[in-house]
Amino acid sequence: MLHVRNVSFSYRKQLIFKDITAQFPIGKIIGIAGANGCGKSTFIRLLTGMLQPDTGEILLYEDRVTRTSCKQFAYLPDIDLFYADNTGEEVFTFYQSQFADFSIEKARQAADYLQVSTTAKLQKLSKGKRALVKMAATLGRNVPYYIMDEPFSGLDPMVRESLIRGLIQFIEPDTQTIILSTHEIYEVEPVLDALMVIKDQQIIAYETLEDIRDELQKDAVAWLKSQHQ
Amino acid sequence: MTMDFVRDRPIYLQITDKLCGELIEGTLQPGDKLPSVREYAVTTGVNVNTIQRVYKELEMMALTETKRGQGTFVTENHAAIVTLRENMKLRLIEQFFTDITALGFTKDEMIEAIQKEVTK
Repeated sequence: MLHVRNVSFSYRKQLIFKDITAQFPIGKIIGIAGANGCGKSTFIRLLTGMLQPDTGEILLYEDRVTRTSCKQFAYLPDIDLFYADNTGEEVFTFYQSQFADFSIEKARQAADYLQVSTTAKLQKLSKGKRALVKMAATLGRNVPYYIMDEPFSGLDPMVRESLIRGLIQFIEPDTQTIILSTHEIYEVEPVLDALMVIKDQQIIAYETLEDIRDELQKDAVAWLKSQHQ
Repeated sequence: MTMDFVRDRPIYLQITDKLCGELIEGTLQPGDKLPSVREYAVTTGVNVNTIQRVYKELEMMALTETKRGQGTFVTENHAAIVTLRENMKLRLIEQFFTDITALGFTKDEMIEAIQKEVTK
């Protein structure tokens, strides 16, 4: 269990999060939504230990999350981090050298499933195809938590659909959890167990989507938003 | 293609309805094997937990049976399918009455019109 407990965080004297608390159980796909600049990426960096909270703590199985916790997390950044003249295979080899849990076979399978070449240089690939290589590398890891910053951002619907299928295909539903931030809430909604909404330095909602639809017979995403306007 | 859903109804119910529809029209036949939860989740583009709930729902309605180690199969018990068909009939009629009442038509008026339409 990943646990955020009473966390506050400021950046250059500006308060980004004020006393937030949340839990991320194993076996879920959880979306994080919020307007631009609300702190989604910051939240994700806090979760993975790249940033440290000013007060409060983030715990993974009772251990404080730090920069070295990356062994437990597969982090998918929202920017292109790989060398443009590397191929997918070279990216996979690099991952293998860095992460003991990485399986090059699983990454190749994922790339094959996502129908993207791993022998072409990244600079020769479209933005969508590069995103697929990045996703294949991430899925090649074998960790309890996959944390993805805007994995669908700027991708066409076909690519997005492939990515969503890839997530379902390659993540173990009983032992692994995906936390992903997104703007495309409606497109991604069917794959999510729960949705968290961040606004005004707070987590203003964190609900199981099917429960809302079941109990209220309402559009869960619209309901979440309307609760906090 | 993945499935499209309406937003104000639980996804597990929408998929359950779809499968019930396939049972009624006969696309799914008694004894047919359903895809594994994971396979069906990938096809529909839906969370695995949601599909698990769909399969549990179908089993509760006695429409499917899970054979240990083999998977989920459509029941060979025709009575269950007949019941499903009857329930669907009533549901459609109920929906029809709700719709016409909302627009101010009477049941008698509609029945008369339907009979005329049928014998045409």
